[in-house]
Amino acid sequence: MEPAVHLRAVVSLLGRFPALAGVDLDVDRGEIVLLQGPNGAGKSTLLRTLAGLCPVVSGTAHVLGHDLREDRRPVRRQVGLLGHATMLYDELTVADNVSFWARAAGSRSDDAEAAIDALGLGGRLRHVTVARLSAGQRRRAAIAVLVARRPELWLLDEPHAGLDAEARDLVDDLVRSAAAAGATVVVASHELERSHALAGRVVTIAGGVIEPPPGQPREHEAETRVP
Amino acid sequence: MFRDAWLVAAKDLRIELRSRIGLNQIAPFALLVLILFAFALDPDSGVLDKATPGLFWVAVLFCGLLAIQRSFAVEAADDNRDALRLSGLAPGGIFLGKALAVCLELLALEVVLGFGVVLLYSTHASGWGLLVTTCLAATAGIGAAGTLYGVLAAGLRVRETLLPLLLLPVLAPVLIASTRAFEAARDGNPGQGWPWVGLLALFAVAYTVIGAVGFGSLLEDS
Repeated sequence: MEPAVHLRAVVSLLGRFPALAGVDLDVDRGEIVLLQGPNGAGKSTLLRTLAGLCPVVSGTAHVLGHDLREDRRPVRRQVGLLGHATMLYDELTVADNVSFWARAAGSRSDDAEAAIDALGLGGRLRHVTVARLSAGQRRRAAIAVLVARRPELWLLDEPHAGLDAEARDLVDDLVRSAAAAGATVVVASHELERSHALAGRVVTIAGGVIEPPPGQPREHEAETRVP
Repeated sequence: MFRDAWLVAAKDLRIELRSRIGLNQIAPFALLVLILFAFALDPDSGVLDKATPGLFWVAVLFCGLLAIQRSFAVEAADDNRDALRLSGLAPGGIFLGKALAVCLELLALEVVLGFGVVLLYSTHASGWGLLVTTCLAATAGIGAAGTLYGVLAAGLRVRETLLPLLLLPVLAPVLIASTRAFEAARDGNPGQGWPWVGLLALFAVAYTVIGAVGFGSLLEDS
């Protein structure tokens, strides 16, 4: 079966700066991959590139069977990105937000309701505007949107940030359930102990390139390695 | 595309109903503009009566700018523009939905402004059919062109000051045509107003088509 992610010598720009400078990565369908690396290594940019938000300027990039260099739009409706921002409307309630983004992705309103309950945002919280939520509750609402959209590829950037212990366990359970159901998950995290337990494979990125496993030479050496 | 448009319009209108920016800030601003014009132009001299159609539409344009800026400000917060790009919504649907929401907000404001000019300027209009059609066509044009230029300016740091600079010259034909049509309705000569309504309708259709086709590229670059 074709891998969910197939990148070869991918260069992606953040403005005019090459944030990814020759990335090689394959992720099989249903796999959970942990992306680790220091700050500024290119983790977030790689996730945004996989989501079709950052343009690929050279190399080969296929995500869920779509060529990112030809047309990024078909990929976007099949991925769910949990970034640093929660991407929610402050003025709308939790239920309004989750329902809107779920319906936009073509999911049923039942999916939105189930996701809200799964993230512990049911009852009174469902009708609270996002502006009045705590940071952790906002993060839960953002994850509820992701779950309700039922994406084929989950791209999680620091998914445990701002969450309490119970919610962190909940997120891990949701990720495992999604992978068991066939979804592919790429997690960027600094919480290595927790994420190592979650992921089936660990990939290290540094200076905008994926580090090869110990003892293995790099397949494509980037000419413009990020300092 | 129309399902997406309705989804986006309903979302934008719900945001406005919850935040009440239109009711608490834009509508009072519109009435304040009318009051200031009344102070500036002596009501007894007849100048105010003559200028009423133009003043009404200038006030509508100012309110339109605020409504359009607000429409894109909610998308700028919390990376919601990225969420829109990832949403799977048709770009043409997003454009039509946002334009529809702006139009409905503006129509509500025009009703308020209409009462304002009747009460403050003692204006009497006879051609109601022409007046209502003018409002619909002009508002559609303002909403479509405004949404198109709104997304163009949305990604720029100077968007608050750039949008009026870009949009007001584009809306000059709407201001002229709607003012002439209003004058014809006020003076009881609706026959002279309908050609201007035709121009307004043409403007609205042109910008709706351009917006529905081009919005996706502009959203990518914003």
